[in-house]
Amino acid sequence: MDNQLYLSSSPHIHSGETTERIMRLVIYALLPAILLSLIFFGLPALSVLLICTLGCIGFEALACRLMKLPNSIKDGSGALTGILLALNLPASTPWWISLLGAAIAILIGKMIYGGLGYNPFNPALVARVVLLISFPVQMTRWTAPTPLTSGIDAVSAATPLGEMKTAVMLTGKLPEMATSGFLNYFSGNIAGCLGEVSALALLAGGLFLIYKKVISWHIPVSFIGSTLAISAIFWLIDPSKYPNPLFHLITGGLVLGAFFMATDMVTSPVTHKGMLIFGFGCGLLTILIRLFGGYPEGVSFAILLMNAATPLIDRYCRPKIYGQVEQQA
Amino acid sequence: MTLKTFAGGLHPPDSKHYTEEKAIERCPLPDELIIPAAQHIGAPAEICVVVGDQVKKGQPIATAKGFVSVPIHASTSGEVIAVEPRPHPMGRPLPAVVIKPDGEDQWDESLQGNDPGQLDAAELKNLICNAGIVGMGGATFPAHVKLSPPEGKNIDTLILNGVECEPFLTADHRMMLEESERIIDGVKILRKILGLETAIIGIEVNKPNAIEKLTAECAPHNIQVQALKVQYPQGAEKQLIDACTGRQVPSGGLPMDCGVVVQNVGTCAAISDAIRLGHPLVERVATVTGPGIIEPKNLLVAIGTPLQHLLDQCVGIDGEPAKIIMGGPMMGQTQLSLDVPAIRGTSGLLVFREEDLPRKNAGPCIRCGRCIGVCPIHLQPTTIAAYARLDRVDDAENYNALDCIECGCCTYICPATLPLVQSIRHIKGGIMAKRRNS
Repeated sequence: MDNQLYLSSSPHIHSGETTERIMRLVIYALLPAILLSLIFFGLPALSVLLICTLGCIGFEALACRLMKLPNSIKDGSGALTGILLALNLPASTPWWISLLGAAIAILIGKMIYGGLGYNPFNPALVARVVLLISFPVQMTRWTAPTPLTSGIDAVSAATPLGEMKTAVMLTGKLPEMATSGFLNYFSGNIAGCLGEVSALALLAGGLFLIYKKVISWHIPVSFIGSTLAISAIFWLIDPSKYPNPLFHLITGGLVLGAFFMATDMVTSPVTHKGMLIFGFGCGLLTILIRLFGGYPEGVSFAILLMNAATPLIDRYCRPKIYGQVEQQA
Repeated sequence: MTLKTFAGGLHPPDSKHYTEEKAIERCPLPDELIIPAAQHIGAPAEICVVVGDQVKKGQPIATAKGFVSVPIHASTSGEVIAVEPRPHPMGRPLPAVVIKPDGEDQWDESLQGNDPGQLDAAELKNLICNAGIVGMGGATFPAHVKLSPPEGKNIDTLILNGVECEPFLTADHRMMLEESERIIDGVKILRKILGLETAIIGIEVNKPNAIEKLTAECAPHNIQVQALKVQYPQGAEKQLIDACTGRQVPSGGLPMDCGVVVQNVGTCAAISDAIRLGHPLVERVATVTGPGIIEPKNLLVAIGTPLQHLLDQCVGIDGEPAKIIMGGPMMGQTQLSLDVPAIRGTSGLLVFREEDLPRKNAGPCIRCGRCIGVCPIHLQPTTIAAYARLDRVDDAENYNALDCIECGCCTYICPATLPLVQSIRHIKGGIMAKRRNS
């Protein structure tokens, strides 16, 4: 035989599943939320999205070149980080803050550890938190949704969580918006980050990812479930001081965080049991920060803290292997 | 009805349409048969013929060496023209007897059939051993060893493996359709040896005609046909036991440690021949298939037939072969050339062209956990593979690397196309070496 034969160890076929496909599907799942954010916030949202996404891709290409690594931008993870970062920023974010965020996410959040797969923390959240701490004014200057068609300039407004925190700190009581009439936030009529505008659109995307088996249900269900359960306990203790669990569900970044940020595979546990613990920890920390912390919103911090616990969780959540049974006498 | 199955695994495209409708055809004898002395797990047989000997079909040409070993027989009548190392499926030349067929294909007259009813378990086992019967699903473990549990091991269940979960392969499927009487006879012999009243035949539901046929024919014999979900590796011994009985083979143990004996359906047919006709294992059914094979077939092959000859029966291949695999695509072994002979464990010859091979785009592990989800042993393949790359033998051992059955699910599913099972295989060798040295 004159041609060359491949010799290799089995298996000889592959599912065709690729990292690129996973990243692409996550981006598809975010499209409804992206679309709604553009409708509600208009051109400023588009500019934040473009700067973050293109910035992340650009910084990744640059880092690969400087680090003499093969160019990894086509795996799509850089673009996804950019989109997630944008969804975590207010529409009024100045261009240079967006760009700085992209640099932090890719360079400090990911490439410094060696690139995709090696970062301990969710890169987009690292950037968001650095920006939040560094530029508290710009990062909390929220605009109320101003549809493209309305023709008026942006109106600044507080986020529901911010409003709640301020009111509780000043009066010790919940404001009216936190006790009733908050259900219209569900569809997206809400001030906040691009990705906080519609829990419904994010939920649709998240369910799509579970349906496509890109993510498993464990982290979102455990995260959202524990948030609801723990907030319900407080609500039952004193409904005048602690808001309804549904208020927690549809305000802030809970749905975005639970389906898209906490499920980042690189920074979350690999086993189902570990995922449940991880989600529970996220939910617990989120509520503690929202109710008792200095910041109105706690999802980002909760996820980052649980990212740090991921190696430990993995270590203690090894699945029970086949055959660890009593031997028949 | 929910189908029985095991936890983990996956469902690759079964690609059985190439040959599942094709009746078994007898493959004509080649110009020379290359019959290796090592065709089973255990000690290779010891060659007992010399160049120039005339041999008859079924005559022993190599004798068993030790308990975990079986004799090897001439697959046809003819002249021994060489006794020398020849290319072997294991990858390096190994001692083999080369026979030039005389065209008569005459059985050794001394071989005589027996009525299994007249023989006791020890006599039956002896006949099975002398006939060279090994597990024909591919593992080639000597059948008589499985049938000889040590004192104190109580066998209460016999499972027949008709799962054939490897994609492409249809040899067992066709055997069940065309040779069901021999299979059932073999099951009854096995039952007698083990002192059991019942038996279970496990078949995946992608072979509905085999399930239907065997269910009807097995009913009078108190043999139960168990339909199983199509899920690779359903036919792996441990997974099949779990699916059929809910029991688990203890880590590091054998099926007999949980009271079960598993035999392949093809092995049952061979056992029937060995007892009723006195015929040793000198031929088997192998599926010759692949996307580029012009006429894929299920062939009844004399042991020792070179793979090239099998391919010739299928009118060759449309294009250039790029990968030659003995067995299925998930666990089969790639071959250096088509000069290698088909042996007792050859369930199939699968040929891939360049365009049939998966694309490689190995990237970093993104910790997606898919390998953990599909592992039928519930190991953490990516963790073990990472330890393997760092040569951390103790850590890999601690993560139960030795329990890996090497089914390949992890590598199949990995989005980063990392060679996970390959790394685990490598470190398993390291762990075994460490244990030997300590």
